[in-house]
Amino acid sequence: MTKHSISRLVVVAAASLLLAGCAAPAAEAPAAVESDSVTITDAWVKSADEGMSAAFGVLSNDGDADVTVVSASTEASPMIELHETVMNDSGEMIMQPKEGGFVIPAGGTLALEPGGNHIMLMGLAAPIKAGDEVGFTLTFSDGSTYTFTAPAKDFSGANENYEGGDMDMGN
Amino acid sequence: MTTDRGSGSGRSGSSRRQFLLGGAVAGLGAAAAIGADVVITRTGQETPASLNGASAVDFYGAHQAGIEVAPQAHSTLVALDLLDGIDRSALRRMMRVVTDDAARMAEGRAALADMEPELAVVPARLTVTFGFAPGLVARAGGSAPSWLRPLPPFGVDRLDPAWSDGDLLVQVSSDDPLTVAHATRMLLKDLRTFAHPRWTQTGFRRAHGSEAHGTTMRNLFGQVDGTVNAAPGTDDFDELVWAREGWIAGGTSMVVRRIHMDLDRWDRLDRSGREQAVGRTLATGAPLTGVSERDEPDFAATTPIGFPVIPEFSHLRRARSDDRTQRIVRRGYNYDEGPSPESVSDSGLIFIAYQADVDRQFVPLQRRLDELDLLNQWTTPIGSAVFAIPPGCQPGGYIGETLLD
Repeated sequence: MTKHSISRLVVVAAASLLLAGCAAPAAEAPAAVESDSVTITDAWVKSADEGMSAAFGVLSNDGDADVTVVSASTEASPMIELHETVMNDSGEMIMQPKEGGFVIPAGGTLALEPGGNHIMLMGLAAPIKAGDEVGFTLTFSDGSTYTFTAPAKDFSGANENYEGGDMDMGN
Repeated sequence: MTTDRGSGSGRSGSSRRQFLLGGAVAGLGAAAAIGADVVITRTGQETPASLNGASAVDFYGAHQAGIEVAPQAHSTLVALDLLDGIDRSALRRMMRVVTDDAARMAEGRAALADMEPELAVVPARLTVTFGFAPGLVARAGGSAPSWLRPLPPFGVDRLDPAWSDGDLLVQVSSDDPLTVAHATRMLLKDLRTFAHPRWTQTGFRRAHGSEAHGTTMRNLFGQVDGTVNAAPGTDDFDELVWAREGWIAGGTSMVVRRIHMDLDRWDRLDRSGREQAVGRTLATGAPLTGVSERDEPDFAATTPIGFPVIPEFSHLRRARSDDRTQRIVRRGYNYDEGPSPESVSDSGLIFIAYQADVDRQFVPLQRRLDELDLLNQWTTPIGSAVFAIPPGCQPGGYIGETLLD
């Protein structure tokens, strides 16, 4: 897995805006951006020939404030959602979009794992084969972003129902 | 220390056993309470009061792990046949996945997507070693070393295809058999869309801690087996084992022979007959002309009536060549599959030999043994495979990159 933060680009862009607006002194320390404090370890994505898949890993936040992941994107799937797994009224475990995104607590971690929170790939553009490296971009509530790649693994779990329907995650 | 003796008429037997267990626990507790300092002064070397389960062998390096490390107590070898359609790029994906698995598990960390991560935290010197057979090299479009092919047929062979060949070898070794089982399953799960298992051999030595470190293995004939081995880290070992050219440079070759040992017929042979067959004593493994295991044999020594003390037909005499390049490094395991109506034991040796060049080193040696070796009366090769063991890799790389990139 490789990790790369592009928060610096966001800072540069923000500075450009400030200059354009001839506002506050440019020497002022830039405000902390959420992506600066976030890393992911042990990222992986489930292989699938078509349909749905999911990505997992452990998000860490070494900053002093909570960080919120509001969206994710990948070329592997045009449609992607942040999901949680909850029990529905009839007692079944189902996946559903996570209201408000994933909150990574200050100084803490958030595990994305089968049967729990995960990044849901809703419709694969092409098969994901075991050993492929799939790139992802997370976007935080302040607009900063963080990119990482996750190796694909064959995995026969992570088959929770989606919103109580009959759409299984492929395989 | 008090023990729970239970109650009832079986008391004396069970309390004796419980006392022994209690004594062992008390001993460990005492050692821990005394602390490592005292242990150091009493033994002259550092013996930290740590568990062997936490011992880890570096996965990354110039050579693959599992060849130089002192043999672990347990080992499972799986040979797999590649599925149709697995090409060079698929092989690259495959080896990246299993390299990552092996590296993580060697550190006592769970592989990605491991559903039983609690089983991964006791490496107990876990190593995973990968080997490539000609079929895999062909799929990769690479050129195989000249020695990478099935061994020539030998007269003693009774080879079963079910124990022979394959495209990919995965050897998983650890001092803990639960660790071996879990690691093997994890790797085979990640290989199942690339290759299917062809044969599996599970072997063992003495349990860790039962004997002094470095004690030569005994096989199930009771023989000291593997005395004449170059020591890892020496120039002699490096010269004998590591290949030096092409994608295999820094790697080696591995010959795996499943050798059935007829323990039931061996039972008919008396002790002196057994020692004559191998040319070494059973008690210490010393040559019949020596007193300790590592004494050099004196092939010129004769008995009072003029016969060689070490018989011409003995395994020791036949295995020894005057040509010092015709040597190998052995790292085998015992196997024991259990009884059947026809035989008390289905046992033998998973013979494993490393050498830089199979044709120059192993084949001439095996030809001599094939022509004459009294041990052949009781041993039968029933499986045979030759693999190229690629060199090791660094973090970020993967095993096989010298062939597949």
